[in-house]
Amino acid sequence: MKLKASFFKLRIPHLTLIILLLGSPKDAFGQIEIKGKVVAVTQDKESYALAEVNIYWLNTKIGTTTNVEGEFTIPYSKSSNQLIFSYIGFRTDTILANRPNLGIIRLYPDIELEEVVVEEVIDPIQRSLFKVQNVVTVDSREMLKAACCNLSESFETNPTVDVNISDAVSGAKQIQMLGLNSPYLFFTQENMPSIRGASQIYGLSFIPGSWIESIQITKGSGSVVNGFESISGHINTELVKPLTDIPFFFNGYSNNYGRYEINSRVNLVLDKNLGTGIYIHSNLRNGEWDTNSDNFLDTPLARQFNVMNRWQYLDSEKGWVAYFNVQYLNDEKETGEVSFNFNQKDENNGIWGSKLATNRFDMSGKLGYVFPELPFQSFGFQGAYSNHSQESYYGLRDYNIDHESFYSNALFNSIIGSTQHTFKTGVSYTYDRLNEWVDGKAFNRQDAALGLFYEYSYDNLGKFSLVAGLRWDMHNNMGNFLSPRFHMRYSLWDKASLRFSLGRGKRAAYIFAENQQLFASSRIINIADNQGGFYGLDPEIAWNYGVSFLQKLYLWNRTLEFSADFYRTDFKNQVVVDWETPSEISFYNLNGSSYSNSFQTDLSYELIRDLNLRVTYKHYDVRIDYQNENLKKPLQPDYRFFVNLSYETADRQDGKNWRFDFTWNSLGNQRLPATEANPIAYQLPSSVPGYSLVNAQVTKSFSKSFEMYLGGENINNRVQTNPVLAADAPFSPFFDSTISYAPVLGEIYYLGFRYKFNKVRTWVD
Amino acid sequence: MGRLIGVVLLGLLSLSVQAQDKNKKATFEVKGNCGMCEARIEKAAINVTGVKYAAWDVSEKMLTLILNEKKCSLQQVMQAVALVGHDTDLFKAEDSVYEKLPACCKYRDSESAHLDHH
Repeated sequence: MKLKASFFKLRIPHLTLIILLLGSPKDAFGQIEIKGKVVAVTQDKESYALAEVNIYWLNTKIGTTTNVEGEFTIPYSKSSNQLIFSYIGFRTDTILANRPNLGIIRLYPDIELEEVVVEEVIDPIQRSLFKVQNVVTVDSREMLKAACCNLSESFETNPTVDVNISDAVSGAKQIQMLGLNSPYLFFTQENMPSIRGASQIYGLSFIPGSWIESIQITKGSGSVVNGFESISGHINTELVKPLTDIPFFFNGYSNNYGRYEINSRVNLVLDKNLGTGIYIHSNLRNGEWDTNSDNFLDTPLARQFNVMNRWQYLDSEKGWVAYFNVQYLNDEKETGEVSFNFNQKDENNGIWGSKLATNRFDMSGKLGYVFPELPFQSFGFQGAYSNHSQESYYGLRDYNIDHESFYSNALFNSIIGSTQHTFKTGVSYTYDRLNEWVDGKAFNRQDAALGLFYEYSYDNLGKFSLVAGLRWDMHNNMGNFLSPRFHMRYSLWDKASLRFSLGRGKRAAYIFAENQQLFASSRIINIADNQGGFYGLDPEIAWNYGVSFLQKLYLWNRTLEFSADFYRTDFKNQVVVDWETPSEISFYNLNGSSYSNSFQTDLSYELIRDLNLRVTYKHYDVRIDYQNENLKKPLQPDYRFFVNLSYETADRQDGKNWRFDFTWNSLGNQRLPATEANPIAYQLPSSVPGYSLVNAQVTKSFSKSFEMYLGGENINNRVQTNPVLAADAPFSPFFDSTISYAPVLGEIYYLGFRYKFNKVRTWVD
Repeated sequence: MGRLIGVVLLGLLSLSVQAQDKNKKATFEVKGNCGMCEARIEKAAINVTGVKYAAWDVSEKMLTLILNEKKCSLQQVMQAVALVGHDTDLFKAEDSVYEKLPACCKYRDSESAHLDHH
């Protein structure tokens, strides 16, 4: 009910916008009086009207006092906008008087002064005015707004990153930034490369949302410290840490399509410097659904077991910090025609089915040392090893991949003269071994790279700062090359930042792993022999340039944030993935131009107390020179419009509260890959009109340790009616599940709970 | 031989003295109120040639420095901080500079600490 009432007050932003256009709020109130009521709040939290309170404008002698009802009126002052409230025995308060009715002003007894805890409410999505890079930090509270449950889904309430569905059969969610698919985005987990190669498509579902402490999304080229691969952006996830996480967490989730998930975290503090945590995630999807009657499962049957053990050592006096993690994951997905028998795969004559089984082992460690006497100087070492093995069949096509990867990085941080000039320098070594079997053919690849990097940062502690980095890599298959990256920030005026960035990224595409959905089609694979080092293809090279503007301001005593940015990515070479011939997929080196232009603007504001609005508009122009013609990138919406409203009742001592979240996503036209060559029954239009998706969630917190949530995804039930082309003839050359432009599942409703054991840990030496 | 040892010892001694001087750590009180003061104080301190690191603690009102004693002295830093309006034991800020500080930074008036800080 409360939420509904709030919607009627949505007119307020129009008024504020008008005032914004006409001039400052101060001028708008030239001749009016300010009124309000003063109450005293006792230690027992009771309140009563306070008479004879002295009220005056700061730095003036203009003042008044409250009447017996505690009420007052005072003429607006042009020389000051701050009202001082003082009364003997009570703490003096200063209020920014920027609206005609200040409402109730609470004065607290003086003796409470020492007990006052100043808690600043920090937005769960944050953009910094001071960081040189265009970084959006998303914390764990924001992830609670997403329906479920892993990293790919946690971006559904985040407008910086776009979530797409890779194909109609696996339902895997892929993310995009700046109009470019996830392979061009660089993922790290605690600053070590994470989702790449074999795990590119499904890896996002291997990081449970409840293990994540925060996500940092950097738009444009990243830092040279983490490697040479990032092109359109860098997404880093920080996991919860045993020494700072709560001792116990348990979460359960289920939805109306038979999806169940559990997450648990247990943390033990063994010593004041040493902690360990065991994190477990498991999910099961056993609902066999075919709502569109195409005889294909709408969502795969799936099982996942995922466990991590991490250790943290921290001795802040001596300056040492260390982490060690081991993780094991087993994931199985079964999908295809409803009647397919997975137990006797070879007995399914004429029935199409697909199964993917993944085993993955990860091990990583970090060691850092901050010189206790020189807080600006530190060194660190990171190392990671992973072994990813996927065995799968898609109908009659087999695809297996083994990917072994090693990463190490040693880093030294210090200053030149003073902390206004800092640098990071170091050396990294990476090794990847890939063995793939594609339709019975083996592809083997080994990549090794030794790199040196240096990154200089300048901060004049005021308006200007910059980061300039350069790395030089010696790669066994790509030769020696330089990767420059440059970021700059300039503060135009108060609370406004203008940023520039440019950088070069280079990578060797994993063409099968990154386009795995192609196997769920009858498309014949053509790889052009361009005499390159990777499947006969050359490495991909792109430059990214960006400019962004951010303004924060106080409007009606609440923070308004406005930002706009424009990024361009120019490919010097790209492995073009050509879906334009319906029965084929072709990979070839770019001959001509390929670019992506992306414009995004965001506005966020607290409309009324505790009701936050976020609005985002994005426009994309992504074009590629294919063999025969220049075309818009397929399945790329022209624009995306995003509105998020969230409301949270005031925090109470006992932890009881309500949280409401509503998201409306609107997408523009999408061009579909050509299907004219198919028989008429298997043709699709050349483009599909835009559509909208609505998600909503309600969370009820019963205490500081227990809460339940209920939500709906795609409430407006927008689905693609024919997600699988030639579903009636899956072994014909026209079979194709890759042209996926809208969800397969309609309204999804889910229910879940979270239990947190919050006991505060204290240590006595 | 004895002379050689002497030269080496002298060299080591001067080296160690120099090493100490290069990263001299010092802490002293600087009057101020808020985060705006912090930014102003730290900027003034770090802009003194030879100061490598400066951090002012809002609650303790203490400025921690790491500086190269060969290039500057503590007094120079105190003077620099006073020049932008902040008092230390040795140097008081000029009234004219102090008066130009934003209202919330006027630390000489105890009421100012309660104002809204930006």
